[in-house]
Amino acid sequence: MSQWVRKGLLTGIKTTRYPAREETAAGVSPGLPLGGPCSEEQASLLVARCPTGALSRRDHELVVDYRRCVHCFRCRYGSGEPVRWQSGYEWATAPSEKTDPRRQLGPAFERSIHILVADAGDCGACLNEVKQLNNSYYNMHRLGFFITPTPRQADVMLVVGPLTDHMRLPLQKAYDAMPTPKRVIAVGACALSGGVFGPSFVCGSGVAELLPVDVEVPGNPPPPLAILHGLLVAVGRKPPAALLSPATRVPAKEVNAP
Amino acid sequence: MKLTNIPELVNRRWPEKVQARLDARRAACELACEPGALVELCGWLVAELGYSFAGLIVEEQQSEWDLRYVFYGDGEAGWVHVRIRQALANAAFPSLSARVHAADWHEREAEDLFGLVFEGHPRLGDFVLHDDRWQENLAPMRHGFDGRRPVVRREPDLDWRPRRIVEDPGAFAMPIGPIYSGVAESAHFLLETVGEDVIRTIPRLFYKYRAIEKIAEGRSVADALLLAERFAATTAFAHTLAFCQSAESICGVEAPPRAITLRVLLAELERFRHHVGAIQEICESTALAVANSQAAMLEEELLRVSCAFAGHRYLFGLLVVGGLARTLEDAACREAVERARGILQRLDEMETMLNASSSFLDRLEEVGVVSEQETRNYGLVGPVARASGLACDLRRAQSYCGYDAFSFEVPCEHEGDGYARLRVLFAEARQSVKLMEQAAAALPDGPIQVPKVEIRPGAALGWSEAPRGATFHWLRIGEDGRVARYRVVTPSFTNWHGFHLAAEDFAFQDFPIILANFDLSVAENDR
Repeated sequence: MSQWVRKGLLTGIKTTRYPAREETAAGVSPGLPLGGPCSEEQASLLVARCPTGALSRRDHELVVDYRRCVHCFRCRYGSGEPVRWQSGYEWATAPSEKTDPRRQLGPAFERSIHILVADAGDCGACLNEVKQLNNSYYNMHRLGFFITPTPRQADVMLVVGPLTDHMRLPLQKAYDAMPTPKRVIAVGACALSGGVFGPSFVCGSGVAELLPVDVEVPGNPPPPLAILHGLLVAVGRKPPAALLSPATRVPAKEVNAP
Repeated sequence: MKLTNIPELVNRRWPEKVQARLDARRAACELACEPGALVELCGWLVAELGYSFAGLIVEEQQSEWDLRYVFYGDGEAGWVHVRIRQALANAAFPSLSARVHAADWHEREAEDLFGLVFEGHPRLGDFVLHDDRWQENLAPMRHGFDGRRPVVRREPDLDWRPRRIVEDPGAFAMPIGPIYSGVAESAHFLLETVGEDVIRTIPRLFYKYRAIEKIAEGRSVADALLLAERFAATTAFAHTLAFCQSAESICGVEAPPRAITLRVLLAELERFRHHVGAIQEICESTALAVANSQAAMLEEELLRVSCAFAGHRYLFGLLVVGGLARTLEDAACREAVERARGILQRLDEMETMLNASSSFLDRLEEVGVVSEQETRNYGLVGPVARASGLACDLRRAQSYCGYDAFSFEVPCEHEGDGYARLRVLFAEARQSVKLMEQAAAALPDGPIQVPKVEIRPGAALGWSEAPRGATFHWLRIGEDGRVARYRVVTPSFTNWHGFHLAAEDFAFQDFPIILANFDLSVAENDR
């Protein structure tokens, strides 16, 4: 067994310096499309290419609804003039002023929260990215974030997936079993808008249909650092991103009609 | 066995009841058969000719049911489609599962979603749509059902009980899930035990049923591709590849050579990453902390390689019908392969160390054993089947993407226990890197996409060897150029069916380890 101890020690420290410093390694994030000023012609072209209605045009501006972006890259590859692209990962936001977690969670939670991960129909990618948070590169234990299997000990419920019908009751029961104060983080485009799946006869259009969502993490899937940012936002250690300020939000559009 | 001999053999045996038709282009033989002859014919294909059951495809045509039982063999044996058609008013069909047990879950699913009746099947009902939530006879896959709108459901029945549980002195049932453990997919297990040993395991799945087969209907082919890519994203590329191949077969286009070689490179990168992830989960389930963290780092590094190389950590957005969405430069390919080779080296070191860790091996050896006979009966696929002595691999058996031009081995073990499955994962990871090296060295120049794909009506089967095993995608494009039927058979659906074989008769505390080394995805099963 001593060989493993030796191996572990020889590996050295691999952990990212985030949130103290920015992580710049290649491949930590696939990025997201960036809205902003844009010629009318190009904007219309990009909007037409977007299969989920994440892109829309307002005058001379391209507006991106990040909750709907499913990383199909159609606005980036194969179009004449690709959309501008941002490469960061600090994407988590609080959906409204009222639920801004900084106003609600006390300082006692800042350095210790227990997280219940609930799968509401996830494809496996978001869940796999949540799992990565425990690998040595991200090691969220160092920040006081712990995953717990029981709702009775959980402060935060981290929900992935578009909310399938069969998961409604288990999710509601788990939420009810959590002690207050409690928070819900919705992770991934599916949990925020139903993604490519909802709404349909078995699928909702996001977790907010059932539970009050306090923090939203867009991405399909959001990379581990984006989820980590979501957790930091939930405890008030990082400010939410300006990505999804209500002003840039476009009204929901019927996306599944053929 | 040669496919071309089948019509003659069939004509001799069932002169009146079965009509054979060869499709040379697709290496397929279609056997139109009367319902009365179905069980005997399919049983004969499997037991005497050695065909494997791929799946059951149910289609509701204008005025008739069209059931297609797909079988595949090795190389020249090709594909056999056994078809029965009967009027819509008559929804009763003979059950095949007593003779070809691999058809069991396919029949249960068709009963639940189409309202078909399989006469003689011992266990129908409560499968995809849970009985405590959905009314009977809803049949959501029928064309008359509008899948876009929510339906009025009844309130969940909180007193619902499974139909049968062991009732013996000292016996108890342990329900697990659907929300359980740290980061686990939603699934429910009812473990029935008498003392220490699990005597019956009943997985209850489809908590994550998203009905992609239903919501794909009426979408454009390009939009249905998004579903194929996103329903089981840890193996997204393999599924999208199978989807693209069926669409390309229908539309009569072929991806350019450069795109095909890049597809091999990316598919093997995904397999390598998936296998490292599976190895990490096995280490985690045995609580071997350092090995777990070492494997987890390798998985993260491979995710980063994928993202830096192809733009997305799970390889989204690359495949399109007719090729690839973007080109990948030769130099970038070489660099990705170089990095994969470095990661493989560290994986090899890890394997050597694991093989010398007796406490780790104790938890895997002779645990979760599935015999070769059971594997055949259940038609299991992928690394699980290859660890039980069944060296089946679609890349070899029914080559696609030009895999027959590459040199690689199909690793096979015979013990059928957890350790054999682990060894197969390690060996396949090595083969994947070998394939990546060959693909990067043999990259042809040229375009990566056909200039224009004309969507035509028709139907075809696409397949690929996904990291967890064989996957089959049946696509039918209607006259309007939109998807009329989409059917996905996934390796997890096939292997969950046989999971209880591994979990039963072993101790309670072995359950998480068996679950980890059986390498199943719930999302891939639930669709």
